[in-house]
Amino acid sequence: MAKKNMIALILAGGQGSRLSPMTKVMAKPAVHFGGKYRIIDFALSNCSNSGIDTVGILTQFKPQALNAHIGIGTPWDLDRVHGGVAMLPPYMSEQGGDWYKGTANAVFQNLSFCDQYDPEYLLILSGDHIYKMDYREMLKQHVANDAAATIAVINVPLEEASRFGIMNTDGNGHILEFEEKPAHPKSTLASMGIYIFTYKKLKEYLIKDAEDPDSSYDFGKNIIPAMLANNETMVAHEFKGYWKDVGTIQSFWEANMDLLSTDNEVKLFDTSWKLFTQVKIRPSQYIGTNAVISDSIITEGCIVDGEVRHSILFPGCRVDKNARIVDSIIMEDCVIEGNVIVNKAIILEGSVVKASNVIGNGEKIAVIEAGTVLEPNFSGKI
Amino acid sequence: MSKEYMAIFNLDEDESDIKALTAKRTIASIPIGSRFRVIDFMLSNVVNAGVTNVGIFTETNSRSLVDHVGDGKAWDLNRKNDGLFLFTHRLLDIANFESKMLQNNMEYLFRSRSEFVILTSSYFVCNLDVREVMKSHEASGADVTVVYTHTDRADRDFINCFTLEVDTEHMNVTGVGKNIGFIPKADICMEFFILKKSLLISLIQENARNRRYNDFYELVFGKLNALNFNAFKFDGYVACINSKSSYFKANMDMLSMDVSNELFRSQRPVYTKIKDEPPTIYVDGCEVSNSLVADGNIIRGKVKNSIIGRFVVVEEGAVVENSIILQNVRISAGAHLYGAIIDKNVVISENAEYKGDEYFPTVVEKRNMYLP
Repeated sequence: MAKKNMIALILAGGQGSRLSPMTKVMAKPAVHFGGKYRIIDFALSNCSNSGIDTVGILTQFKPQALNAHIGIGTPWDLDRVHGGVAMLPPYMSEQGGDWYKGTANAVFQNLSFCDQYDPEYLLILSGDHIYKMDYREMLKQHVANDAAATIAVINVPLEEASRFGIMNTDGNGHILEFEEKPAHPKSTLASMGIYIFTYKKLKEYLIKDAEDPDSSYDFGKNIIPAMLANNETMVAHEFKGYWKDVGTIQSFWEANMDLLSTDNEVKLFDTSWKLFTQVKIRPSQYIGTNAVISDSIITEGCIVDGEVRHSILFPGCRVDKNARIVDSIIMEDCVIEGNVIVNKAIILEGSVVKASNVIGNGEKIAVIEAGTVLEPNFSGKI
Repeated sequence: MSKEYMAIFNLDEDESDIKALTAKRTIASIPIGSRFRVIDFMLSNVVNAGVTNVGIFTETNSRSLVDHVGDGKAWDLNRKNDGLFLFTHRLLDIANFESKMLQNNMEYLFRSRSEFVILTSSYFVCNLDVREVMKSHEASGADVTVVYTHTDRADRDFINCFTLEVDTEHMNVTGVGKNIGFIPKADICMEFFILKKSLLISLIQENARNRRYNDFYELVFGKLNALNFNAFKFDGYVACINSKSSYFKANMDMLSMDVSNELFRSQRPVYTKIKDEPPTIYVDGCEVSNSLVADGNIIRGKVKNSIIGRFVVVEEGAVVENSIILQNVRISAGAHLYGAIIDKNVVISENAEYKGDEYFPTVVEKRNMYLP
């Protein structure tokens, strides 16, 4: 098969338990985001826009929604003759089979997939981050430094630095030290979980790591420290732009709300770096005579005749006359009937809130599970 | 059943009353309903009946059509066997239908394995259950089935369409004429026919020899006495997009929930090309009411009773009323539109005014991307 310069693997096996109940039926990368997308669309669109035509997606936890979403990769132009997209779940072999025991182990188990393309470089991505990034810039830096590994980093506020893996670098961007969630951070450059490895080098380390029964088989805990200990050339690629790990309900809500200004940092409207997704064809949104809308994102198939402020409506939602939605995220095909107040809530797909209900109190984020039907005047505490 | 059918779209449609919108495209590829194109409706109707072999015959000016239908993927027509076939010359211009053209087109007809042919134009916007027409045709045993609709507004709508005289007892077609807008009540031919492929071939061959007719409709209706015509009455919403005013009205009709539910929210969806636009942002201070809005828009101004296409920016203080805005348009601050159709890629400058009405909407024509 044709040799590829760089291929990508997206780690999409995470459960995302802190995002429950959104992750009740799907892996975190498949969670809906931003009106018409799923979280993994960011990494996939970045690959597509960066000219990467071979992408493996490592899945493990509840992959059905992800499989259905990605299909043969057509929306991301990844339905290719050579390469394209491949779903890579754990598998059985003559020696038996294992679940993916860690990020490094997941890649180790798929070395044969990578070998088919004989790549010079391997790009490892996380499937649950919100950002737009040109991986070609990162590769340029990697090649120029003849590095074994290049790690994308972002400057975070000092008070938050101890939540991240922190890179301590010299003046030239070479990584001297890596500390996972340090109590007293020496720098504010946080790892974004985006790595470019020189493939041959990485393969050596992965094989050695797999032989160590005490390893956690993790990039951050094992592979990166081992490479540093061996004085490999490790480079930090500083990313300046919007990046968010939507790990919790709070950060998920915030990242969605970040989209609600026209100059939002994710640049949804930047047509030179489009976000692609699987689209179900629906008619345009209909805005009725009683609608009052401000600071909101609304998309195809919605019928809005109520009040929507500072909120996001996913495809096919209906908001009836005299309903009021504030600071909320309403996912696909929900119905919000009249005399309903939704104040700072996330209502998951297919839910119906019948007339005269109040959801959310404007403080703590209320979450309504998918497919919930709230009878009229339910007015229980949600 | 549907494997037995192929569909041929004849895009040789009369553009004389809608020229402002067809200078750079066919009627079939005029954007309509904020995110669709005219042909999407009939193409989806045919596909929703399980037809997988569709030939589109167009004459010239087909760049935008070819760009729109592509390989047919949006309609599930990118098939290994059958699928979508585009012919950029007319099938039905029978007067010039000689030697090579005849051979090429006949080759397509002969090679298709279908027993029946659906022949249709693109410009009737409706959600037609084509399976019902197929059933009616097969049950009737007729040579040709024609779909028609009854209207009480023929003095305003369906101008220049064929009218049919229908014997409603036997559902036979007994005569054909043209709607010149004098009489309100009429049975309008929806230019949707079913006939056996072998019959179509023999009609074309016969005409190639004696050259009596100039187009397909003349050819078929010329056989009104010789063949048995079954009439299929369609009772749903239908509009014919053959003039500026009918285009304007059809768009406005889609603001009605009844029409939009019938067209878009039935078991038979309308498919169209995907453009990967972000959702629409409604900025603080915007005022939108009774409007159909596509994705990819930034709305800061006032929009009322209007149809807004994709990638449209309505700036602060701009007012868009009773208007149709096509793709990639910017309405600058303070501009005021009423009864206007703004075609693609246009920038309406600050404080500009365009006014028209439903019979004579003001059209700002499509701008080429390469012009400054």
